[in-house]
Amino acid sequence: MRKTCLDCVYELARMDERVVFLGSDLGAGTLDRFKADLPDRFFMEGISEAHLVGMAAGLALEGKIVYFNTIATFITRRCFEQIVLDLCLHRAKVRLIGSGGGLVYAPLGPTHLATEDIAILRTLPGMTILAPADATEMRRLMPVTLDLPGPVYIRLGKGGDPVVTDPAQPFVLGRPYLLRPGGDTLLVSTGTMAQMALDAADRLEAQGLRAGVLHLPTLKPLDTEAVLAHLALARAVVSLEEHTRIGGLGSILAELLAETPFPSPKRFARLGLPDAFAEQYGSQASLLAHMGLSVESVVEAALGLHARR
Amino acid sequence: MATTPSPAPPDCRPGLSTPLDRRSRALRLAIVGAFASAGRGHLGSAFSLVEMLRVLYDDILRFDPVRPDWADRDRLILSKGHGCLALYAILADKGFFPAAELARFCRPEGILGGHPEFGKIPGVEASTGSLGHGLSMGVGRAMALRGRGRVFVVDSDGECNEGSLWEAALHAAKHRLDNLAVLVDYNHMQSYGPTAEVLPLDPLGAKWEAFGFEVEEVDGHDLDALRAALRRVPFRAGRPSVLICHTVKGKGVPFLEQNAAWHHKSKATDEEIRALLAALETA
Repeated sequence: MRKTCLDCVYELARMDERVVFLGSDLGAGTLDRFKADLPDRFFMEGISEAHLVGMAAGLALEGKIVYFNTIATFITRRCFEQIVLDLCLHRAKVRLIGSGGGLVYAPLGPTHLATEDIAILRTLPGMTILAPADATEMRRLMPVTLDLPGPVYIRLGKGGDPVVTDPAQPFVLGRPYLLRPGGDTLLVSTGTMAQMALDAADRLEAQGLRAGVLHLPTLKPLDTEAVLAHLALARAVVSLEEHTRIGGLGSILAELLAETPFPSPKRFARLGLPDAFAEQYGSQASLLAHMGLSVESVVEAALGLHARR
Repeated sequence: MATTPSPAPPDCRPGLSTPLDRRSRALRLAIVGAFASAGRGHLGSAFSLVEMLRVLYDDILRFDPVRPDWADRDRLILSKGHGCLALYAILADKGFFPAAELARFCRPEGILGGHPEFGKIPGVEASTGSLGHGLSMGVGRAMALRGRGRVFVVDSDGECNEGSLWEAALHAAKHRLDNLAVLVDYNHMQSYGPTAEVLPLDPLGAKWEAFGFEVEEVDGHDLDALRAALRRVPFRAGRPSVLICHTVKGKGVPFLEQNAAWHHKSKATDEEIRALLAALETA
């Protein structure tokens, strides 16, 4: 997904001379082609994220469209004030590409786990937040980012995530995508958790419960009418996200559900990371499971909602 | 209690309570007018800046108040946004907006806030107020404008406490931004007290030099010296410039000068306003 994203930046830069790439000390060889073909618009800078967000804002205020990539924790935490003031307040056309959203860097520990990026960025006026499910969706989404007003955060999953989205569906900002039509249970996911939602829906079907899967590649701004239209058809809703349960997708849905007068109340469960730092390393999958996110936990949550009287 | 500024090179040591010419006095009166209408503001921080901004706008910067977004203008970023009263006074003087706007400082119906905002005030190039942001935005602008436009960033001495400022300095040197000039308002006082006590900066010029800037120092109230130095920008081809302006916080009003109590004032009394005006009449 990361490679596709950066390839898209290169292609956008070939098409549009406003596009510049900014990286903070990324891996050797990153975007060599961009550097060779468009050296005046390729900036591999030092490990100065706070400054670089401000510098990106300055470039954007002079008409550039800046794609800035580094590890998701570093592009959201240290430079948060620069994101608020230099990007959002100035409506700067800077696209923050966060590598390793969620637990991708499980072996590297809490310094590298982007577990609250959606929550903190969602509070900012004018911020767009995107979390595609796979590389093909990334490819459809990137051209749309070119002309969006104000800053954009693009949350990257792991490389080689399975393709779960429909290549024929155009990407529309804010729109939810129904990956699997369902019965009266709806699993709602964002980013690469779509795969886990689909696997859980298969498992539920085998157990006689038909569940739909709704994928939200945009978290802000959200087409709430469209999301509500799907929620209205469900009796039970389970949200799943590779992110703290505080402030992310589950909170977005909880807010919508709480404020919408449905004829009968929805049964709802939020699955996500607990309010705790990761206590162990291992693989992304093993850490996800350790922190409560697995196909089994989704199935259990859905069945639990149905058993509730 | 007033304190004497810490050592500066002998020829750029500003004097306390030295006389002002008519224009410097008039600009300070406009600042006091805005300050009085809100009863608040960073008066000391504005007064130390007046001559720096005056020389920039009178003699150095290219701009067109009728077309504040004119592509070929020089960009001035007041990174020490709390000094905005001085910027507002000079922008009004130059006709970027009517002088009557100064009387709406910090008012709900006004455009002039306690810190300047881009997009709201004609002539303001960046929203500042949180320190350590302006130079980074200036570096980005200077990179984009290389070969066709200049960027001036005004930082405060207290702002040199911010790590992000030194990150920005590293990057400005890396990109050899000789279209970028930094002016440091070195009044040797920050909010709590003398910079030498809160967080020592000296030798400040040597620090900037070590970060890759070409450095000059000047008495920041000496109009001729400021003019001459700013006309020499860039001080050296292929390098960003920094002009360290040794100034007096609250310059022009004896009871403000180097007095930390006047860094920021709210609920200023009528008596205090009268005393300010009286002091400026004789300054």
